[in-house]
Amino acid sequence: MKFPGIEGHWVVLVVVVPLLCSFLCFVLGRFLRRVPFYLALGASGFASVASLAVFLSVIRHGPIRYFLGGWLPPWGIEYRVDGLNAFMLLLVSGVSLLVTIYSKDNVPAEIKGEVTSFYTVYILLVTGLLGIVVTGDVFNLYVFLEISSLAAYTLIAAAEGRALLASFNYVIMGTVAACFYLLGVGYLYIMTGSLNMADLARLLPSLYHNPVVAIALAFFVVGLAIKVALFPLHTWLPDAYAYAPSTTSVIIASLMGKVGLYVLIRLLFSLFDPRYLLQDLPVLPMLSWLGAMAIIMGSLFALSQLDFKRMLAYSSVAQIGYVVLGVGMANSIALTGALLHVINHAVMKGGLFMAAGAIIQTTGKRQITDFHYLHRRMPFTMAALLLGALSMVGIPPTCGFFSKWYLILGAVKKGNLLFVGVILISSLLNALYFFRVLEYVFFKPLSEGSIKRREAPTTMLVPTLVMGGAVLLLGLGNQWVVSIVLKRALEVISWR
Amino acid sequence: MELLIAKYNYWISVAIMMIGFYAMIGKRNLIKKLIGMNIFQTSIFLFYISIGARKGGSVPILGAPSTYINPLPHVLILTAIVVSVSTTAVALSILIKIHRTHGTIEEDEIPRD
Repeated sequence: MKFPGIEGHWVVLVVVVPLLCSFLCFVLGRFLRRVPFYLALGASGFASVASLAVFLSVIRHGPIRYFLGGWLPPWGIEYRVDGLNAFMLLLVSGVSLLVTIYSKDNVPAEIKGEVTSFYTVYILLVTGLLGIVVTGDVFNLYVFLEISSLAAYTLIAAAEGRALLASFNYVIMGTVAACFYLLGVGYLYIMTGSLNMADLARLLPSLYHNPVVAIALAFFVVGLAIKVALFPLHTWLPDAYAYAPSTTSVIIASLMGKVGLYVLIRLLFSLFDPRYLLQDLPVLPMLSWLGAMAIIMGSLFALSQLDFKRMLAYSSVAQIGYVVLGVGMANSIALTGALLHVINHAVMKGGLFMAAGAIIQTTGKRQITDFHYLHRRMPFTMAALLLGALSMVGIPPTCGFFSKWYLILGAVKKGNLLFVGVILISSLLNALYFFRVLEYVFFKPLSEGSIKRREAPTTMLVPTLVMGGAVLLLGLGNQWVVSIVLKRALEVISWR
Repeated sequence: MELLIAKYNYWISVAIMMIGFYAMIGKRNLIKKLIGMNIFQTSIFLFYISIGARKGGSVPILGAPSTYINPLPHVLILTAIVVSVSTTAVALSILIKIHRTHGTIEEDEIPRD
């Protein structure tokens, strides 16, 4: 086999370099206190550069296949990057780079224990997420899924108090989910004798009549529904997101759920035929109804929260519902909306959790009712929060509007006006609970005492503002995102 | 009945899984929940090992007799066992932290606020 130059190895380096940095961090961090942060920065920075190289190559020349150790597919592990995961790779590495910068002043302030351990596990989490995205092998995906989940449990438990029980519950739920996924892999292996996604996609259609395939699919869907916290199975999410350290909240809220959704989309549409999912085993209609329920229930729960981070967490339940609804409707417009919402939600929810963390660190306030006149105190952070909130509601120039627009168009095309109603009603609910926050931040003066202007540290402020800016840029450039990036993703989904 | 006896390892796997499930859902003691989780994972190990096994099969090396066991599921489950051990380690360390903070590992006794 001919070995390509460095440009041919970007796909594997994206995973290998952060993994090595994680080990280095653990060893070097014992002696050098400042090294862990810079290693994390280096790892996520390198991943971003490599992802950009991979992304551009996929956009220009089509899918990249990489055979680890030179072993050819059905036997060896294959990394495969096509239109569907190239942009996910860029999203994961880009957001994790911003979160790493954000963590510089936040982690020493919030983590009582050792910063070295936190960063070691943090880099491992990023490695796991990147690995899930690039791999083309269902068992390798399980391993990366567990690497990222174990890292996430640990990072949540890095906080004190209520975070601990939240983390333990997440361990139990997450492990059940991973075991279901593993069972699904087992059933597919019994039927086909293969673990490679492309190979499975080739072998499965002739086996659709067999109930074992249906069982595998059922295990996959339930397992991933727990991982992404789809409505009735969302119970681990609110506590885990709300009580985790701020840096952890940002990265798990903006990326973990999105990567889970990517896995769901990849398995449903790359391995199975849409007709099978619609008629033989109606997974897609079921998902769309669960998504619609998640949207309404998540928004209602969010409305009743006073803790800002908890409100954002319940709002995430609703936002995951949007994506699942789009996936369930399964026409090209709705899928465009779903994929666009994956990108948009990662950016806007990341920005909002960053703002929440900045508020907690500079003022110590978690309750929305304590947010009196915060715009006087931290004007720039509040500007980013405003942009994020407007985007969550779906006000036009921000990116949140466009993904909802595509979802509504998809529902109209599907002929289901109820789903249109669900999206509209939930926008109204979003407006209710976000304007309540904005009311306190901008219009409720403090009854006594003067307000001193005290912004968050620059390392926290800059990533928050970048996220806020990205909300606007993605909104203004949505045409570009849809026509160049997502078009390639949809080609992958309907390639057969 | 024939199906029950011929595939008894799969039935046992299902039974173990349900026992684990019961412990995870029904028990309020966090250590018991964790044990339930381990039992649950064990059922999947048994399932995978059963996939690969064959009556009278030998190790798959060149020159061995004609029937082989399939080594791949066994290798896969070796990885899953490692994952399971790590999960248990993480869960136990979280439990130690819970015990240090709250002085109990009964879910009902841990204060909610």
